[in-house]
Amino acid sequence: MATVIDVRHVSKSFKIHHERHQSLKERLLHPRSGSTEVFHALRDVSFEVGANETVGILGHNGSGKSTLLKTICGVLQPTSGEIRLRGTLAALLELGAGFQTELSGRDNVYLYGAMLGLSKKSVDAIFDDIVAFSEIEHFIDTQVKFYSSGMYVRLAFAVAVNVDPDLLVVDEVLAVGDERFQAKCIDRIRRFQEEGRSILLVTHNADQVRALCDRAIVLNAGVLIADGPTASSLRTFREHLLEDNVERDERPAQTNVTIAAVTTPSGSFDVRSGASMHFDVEIESQSAYSGNFVLEVFTRSGQLVSRSDAQGAPVNLSPGRNVVGVDLAQLPLLDGVYDLNVGVVDAHGHTRIAWREQAASIQVSYDGRAGGVVELGATIRQQ
Amino acid sequence: MSDAAEAPARRRLANDAPVRVVSARPPLRTRLVTLWSRRELLLGLIASDIRIKYKNSALGIVWSMLSPASMLAMYYLVFSIFLKNGIPNFVVYLFSGLVVWNMFQISLNTATGVIVDRAGLVKKVSFPREILALANVGASVVYFVIQLSVLLIFLAVIGHAPDWGFLWLLPISFLTLYLLTASLAVVMSAVTVYLRDVKHLMEVVLQFWFWLTPVVYSYENSIAAPLHRHGLSNIYFFNPVTLIVLTFQRIFYVSTVVHSTTTGALIKILPTWSFQRFLSLNLALLGIVVVLFLVAESIFGRLEGNFESEL
Repeated sequence: MATVIDVRHVSKSFKIHHERHQSLKERLLHPRSGSTEVFHALRDVSFEVGANETVGILGHNGSGKSTLLKTICGVLQPTSGEIRLRGTLAALLELGAGFQTELSGRDNVYLYGAMLGLSKKSVDAIFDDIVAFSEIEHFIDTQVKFYSSGMYVRLAFAVAVNVDPDLLVVDEVLAVGDERFQAKCIDRIRRFQEEGRSILLVTHNADQVRALCDRAIVLNAGVLIADGPTASSLRTFREHLLEDNVERDERPAQTNVTIAAVTTPSGSFDVRSGASMHFDVEIESQSAYSGNFVLEVFTRSGQLVSRSDAQGAPVNLSPGRNVVGVDLAQLPLLDGVYDLNVGVVDAHGHTRIAWREQAASIQVSYDGRAGGVVELGATIRQQ
Repeated sequence: MSDAAEAPARRRLANDAPVRVVSARPPLRTRLVTLWSRRELLLGLIASDIRIKYKNSALGIVWSMLSPASMLAMYYLVFSIFLKNGIPNFVVYLFSGLVVWNMFQISLNTATGVIVDRAGLVKKVSFPREILALANVGASVVYFVIQLSVLLIFLAVIGHAPDWGFLWLLPISFLTLYLLTASLAVVMSAVTVYLRDVKHLMEVVLQFWFWLTPVVYSYENSIAAPLHRHGLSNIYFFNPVTLIVLTFQRIFYVSTVVHSTTTGALIKILPTWSFQRFLSLNLALLGIVVVLFLVAESIFGRLEGNFESEL
C-alpha cells in the first residue's frame, strides 16, 4: 500500500515569552528581561498513513494534535524531523481563514483555490460544483462581508472538498455549522473514504473517531502513546483520560478500582433478541468506594445505542472483589454484534473511576422482519 | 467523481505522485522552486489587492491613472510658472524619478506589516509566506506601469522624445528595481513579526532615504561638487536607488547639460556617462540585487520558523 503521509521523528518546540518585549525600545532597554520558556509541543513523533486509510488523532487540549496537523499541512515547520507527503492535500484547519471579506464569493473561491494550489483553469472546472455544494448561488457575487457565518463556512468547506485532494486533513471543523451541515460534512467524508482517499481527522470526540476511522493515534503531552486499531487506541485514550482525572482530583490511592471481568452464568454472550440477559461485572477495589455504575452499548459501526446507569442508586464497593449484576429484560436489539463498555463513575457522574472499553461483546440473533438496531414492537394495521 | 470505481486509479496516482517534504529548514533551492510553482497565487493576490483598493468606487482603477495625472499637471503648473528653477521641462525630470521612488516606497510601506496584518491567514493556510510581501510589491508594479504610461502620454503631448538608444536600459533597470524592492520587502515583513516598531521605523527611514536620492534635486547640479569635496561621492552611490533613478532620468529627460531658462547659463543636470558606463553600472547592480534577493529569501526562511509563536 502506498504511503501518503510519512511522519519521521518530528519534534516541534515553541518559545513562550512570559514578558513580551516586542517594541524596539523595550528590546533595547531590557535585552534579557522576560524569561523565555521552551515548550515542546511534539516530541519525536513518527507514523505513516497509507492510501485509503482514515486515521483519527486523539488527544486532550494541548496534547499537540493541532500542532501535528499544522505541521503536516506545512503551516508550521517542524523543529526537527521531516514529513514526506505524496499527492495533493486539502486541509480544513479553519474554514474561511483565507477569505478576503471585501471581495465577492466568486473572487474568494478563486483566491482560496490558488491558496490550496489550484490553477485558475482547474478552479473554472469545479466552480459550479463548489457553488452547488455551498448552496449560495444567489450570493456568489456578493461581497463576503455580507455573508452570514453559515454561508461563509459552507463556501469554504465547498472549496476545500471540491479540490479533489488525495489527502484530506480535518481539524475539529465538524464541530461547526448546524446539524444538517455537519451531516453533509460527514457524508462527504464517507464518500471520500469510498473513493479510496486518505483522511486524517483530529478531534476529541471519541464517538466520531469510532464512527469514521479504521485506525487512531493518541497523543499525550506531545508524545505518541498509541497507534493502532481504533478500539485499542480509544482504550488507551480513555485510560489516560482516567489517569489525568485522578491526578487533577488529587484522589488518594483508595480509588484504585479496576473492572476485572464481565461474565455470564452460562459463559456465552449469544442471546436471542427479545430474551432476557444477565451478566456479572467483577470489580476489584483496594478500598471502600461509593460511586455510580454505567453501562454503554455500541454497535460495531460505533453508534451508541444506549447509556444507562443504576438509576441514581450508588454502588458501594468494599475492599477486594465486588460483583455488580446487570439484568437486561427483553433485549430489544436486532441481529448483530454489540460492544459493551462498563465502568464506575463518581457520584456526580463527572469522573470515571474505572472504565473498560469493549468489556464484552454480545451476539444477538433475531429472526423477525424488522431491520435496523432496535425492535420497536410496532403493530401496523389499517384503521 | 463520486464513482467508487475511480478508487484503484486514485491509489495508483498516489503512488506516482511526487513526494513533498516538510522539514525544519528547507534548502534555498527548494524554497525558490516552491515560490515559482505558486506564481499563480501571487497573481491572484495582486489582483485581489488592487480589486480591494478600488472596490465600491465608481471610477475604480481609473483613479490609479487620475491621481498621477493630476499630480503631474500640478507639478507642471508649479515648476513652470510659480517656482521657476531655470531647468527646462523640470517636471519630466521630476516625474521620471518619482515613478521609481513611488514604486519603492509604496511597496515597502505596505509590505512591511503584511505578515502581521494577515496573521490569521499565515497561521492557518500553507503557502510560501513571502508571497504576501511579493504581492504588495507586485501591486506597486501595476501602479508603476500606470504611472509610466501617464508619463509617456505626457511626453507625447509636450513633444518630448525619450532617448531611444538608452531605452534598452529600461528593462534592466526595472528588473533591478523590482528585485531590490522585493528583497527589502521580504526581509522587512519577516523582521516586523519580531519587532513591531520596524513598521513605523520604516516610514521614517524612507523619508530620509527619499532626500538621499536625487529625485527632486539634480545630483550633478546640487550636490555632486560638495560631495566630491568631502570625498563622499562613492558613499552617495551606496544608495542603490540612486543609480536606478539616474537611469530613468537619463532615459526620459535625455539632456545631461541644459541652458537655464532664466539666466541662460549652462546647467549640468545629469551625469554625462556613456551608454556603456550606464549599462555596466546597471548590470553590476542587477548582479548585486540578485544576490540580495537570495539572501533575503534565506533570511526569511530562518525567521519564518517561529512566526507561529510571535503572531
